[in-house]
Amino acid sequence: MVTEPFRDTRIELSHGSGGLASRRLLEGLIVPHLANSQFNAGALTDAAILPIESGHLAFTADSFVVQPLRFAGGSIGSLSVHGTVNDLAVSGARPLALLSTFILEAGLPAVVLEAELSAMAAACSAAGVNIVGGDTKVVEHGKADGMYVTTCGIGVLEANVKLSPARVQVGDKVLLSGPIGDHGITVLLARGELDIEAELASDSRSVWPMVQALLAVCAAEVRWMRDPTRGGVASSLNELAQDAKLCVTLREKDIPVRDCVRGACEVLGLDVLHVANEGQFLAVVAASAAEQALSAVRAVPGGEAAALIGEVESGPAGRLRVFTEHGSSRVVEMLVGEQLPRIC
Amino acid sequence: MCLAIPGKIESFVDAEERMAVADISGVKRQVSVDLLRREDETLKVGDWVLIHVGFAMSKISESQAKEQLEILTMLGEAQKAMEEIQDLEVC
Amino acid sequence: MKYVDEYRDPELIKATAREITALVEKSGRLFRIMEVCGGHTHSIYRFGLEQLLPPAIELIHGPGCPVCILPMERVDEGMAIAADKRVILTAYGDMMRVPGHQGSALQLKARGLDIRMVYSPLDALKLAQINPEREVVFFAIGFETTAPATALTVLKARELGLTNFTAFVNHVTVIPPMRAVLDDPKLQLDGFIGPGHVATVIGASSYEEIVRDYKKPVIVSGFEPLDIMQSILMLLRQLSAGEARLENQYSRVVPFAANPVASQVLAEVFELRDSFEWRGLGSIANSAVKLREAFSQYDAEVRFAHLLAAYHRQFELSSGPSTAAHEAPCGDVLKGLMKPKSCPFFGKECSPENPVGALMVSSEGACAAYYNYARDKQTVITNGN
Repeated sequence: MVTEPFRDTRIELSHGSGGLASRRLLEGLIVPHLANSQFNAGALTDAAILPIESGHLAFTADSFVVQPLRFAGGSIGSLSVHGTVNDLAVSGARPLALLSTFILEAGLPAVVLEAELSAMAAACSAAGVNIVGGDTKVVEHGKADGMYVTTCGIGVLEANVKLSPARVQVGDKVLLSGPIGDHGITVLLARGELDIEAELASDSRSVWPMVQALLAVCAAEVRWMRDPTRGGVASSLNELAQDAKLCVTLREKDIPVRDCVRGACEVLGLDVLHVANEGQFLAVVAASAAEQALSAVRAVPGGEAAALIGEVESGPAGRLRVFTEHGSSRVVEMLVGEQLPRIC
Repeated sequence: MCLAIPGKIESFVDAEERMAVADISGVKRQVSVDLLRREDETLKVGDWVLIHVGFAMSKISESQAKEQLEILTMLGEAQKAMEEIQDLEVC
Repeated sequence: MKYVDEYRDPELIKATAREITALVEKSGRLFRIMEVCGGHTHSIYRFGLEQLLPPAIELIHGPGCPVCILPMERVDEGMAIAADKRVILTAYGDMMRVPGHQGSALQLKARGLDIRMVYSPLDALKLAQINPEREVVFFAIGFETTAPATALTVLKARELGLTNFTAFVNHVTVIPPMRAVLDDPKLQLDGFIGPGHVATVIGASSYEEIVRDYKKPVIVSGFEPLDIMQSILMLLRQLSAGEARLENQYSRVVPFAANPVASQVLAEVFELRDSFEWRGLGSIANSAVKLREAFSQYDAEVRFAHLLAAYHRQFELSSGPSTAAHEAPCGDVLKGLMKPKSCPFFGKECSPENPVGALMVSSEGACAAYYNYARDKQTVITNGN
């Protein structure tokens, strides 16, 4: 393999043509950043070959389009690793390997791509997962927003894990891993349109360590998990309520939210339950195991703020209801369209 | 009809003190204080104002706020006293 | 959060609710109360306040939502301006989803128009400064609360000598629709929860004419749960005593008199329109403002008059569907003559995802608030701890 460093300052159409320029980009920039023992680095082949363990495989894909590409606490690169790792994690699967596909806009500065590759490498190493292959295409300038990343992930299901809305029962408890809204508000403010600043960073991270700890103490009692990304906690739990034909109820005061996220939501008229997260997960756990589950998640660094935020009731079926401290409730629907700040 | 939220004046941006940085629970935004530039009152750093679409609409009166909460607290206490009396009567 | 959390104190809210219930039981009558402002409607549903009130209190959700009452033609006109390649149309997030005949701002943005969301008109002004080759148009909506922001921004544009900033003014006034509602002979209404934030501009005293002319009590109210509960209690006390007075529950924020600076800039920049079309209420005289002639160079209706004329010609040619097409029930809901869920469209053809009527558009609209927060009729349940 040639190991000549990539010297072009900008991405050109030729870098996606499959010819010499493509090979220079791959071998000079992408591989050096993402290389690992599974990358078949000696010879770039058409497919990654992985040893199979016994059990069940989990297989998922996610695409990432975000503006701006970098924001406090993360970037499109780290997001693309965490997003797919987390999809595997909340399926009860230990992440094994990722594929990553780039759609690059011609004219993208090479340093921007390099920064994202390095963010991906760091995220992979923190999450204990390898990128084992991928693909790169370049589109004309103006046909994409800098860069898009798609990652596919493969994982192995942990023992005794059986997750399904059908297993959710009346009386089960809802566990949330930490404060919500950090990511969505951070990105909204990072776009700069609103000219609002806050000391806030995205929560983008792998939730696998917390999920692993949870499954280690009560795998059989965990009925359902989800990472509440776009559409927020409200959308994830509405889906659960509809799929399980049960009612999910939350206690507003028990839902962890940082002060400045609350402040931003009040200023912008947003419901924090609709705001995106990239480093949290929701789990429905049998009531008998709830306290044990909570302690396990809280014991993991980064899981200290986990909380039991509500429970499953019989009806009204298909609804998410949030109870206030003064004893009344409201129905919270799924997010409709894009979340927009309001002034009235 | 109009979303407005209390914020604390943290600093003034310009020499004429027409723009200020307001802090709303750790969230910061530049706001115009033009509507509160009046002869009979001066706005200072540390004052609380009500903010709507980037404009300070009104200075929040601490004494009025206190008074309102006192009235309501008294209401709660009066109810409690009534309940206690009723409980005594039941016994 | 200071000045927010105190007014969400669960014990005080419950105590106020108990006091309200006791008063209603003692009086043995029905109370029909209108909260004029969509912000109040939103708070009432968000905090589940209706569930804390005895059934003898009926809350009627009034016409105080500037997005809901904006006729489709005005949205279309804004979009017609945005279709000009030189234009950057800026609008509050609220406006982005409001459907026009060609689609909403959000849909037209996705189809390539340069439409941008702003938090403040000052941000639109900034865009004009950094894009001197573009025409930046601010789609201005709102009651008197929001109008001074537009007026000050226009004044600032003049001060900066900007020639590429205009405002498409759709500002409306709060007293005329209250009168329009009260003038409907079918309406039975006992009193008003008065919009608090608009009163920071026009002063609590502005509602005196309603009290005087219609003998209905008005309580100028804040927006936190405790504010609204206290205002309802104050209103019930007046009604039980047979009184009709103006009271200011929101005195920490609202002065009795109008804000003199705001009054002055509003008078300098704006003048009343003879009439303005309100979605659901029809045409109301003297209920909206436009820029004065002295500010015509900042008036998008003047600068883009040719685009608006072209839109109207085309609209009339294309059969010109009446805006009242499927809106008949919206007016009845606005006036409290019909509950959202009694509307034949509610939750069927008309939902927040595909709003047919005005009140489903903004999360402040009575129907959208009802849809989002209270679709299941339910009794109060304790919160389990």
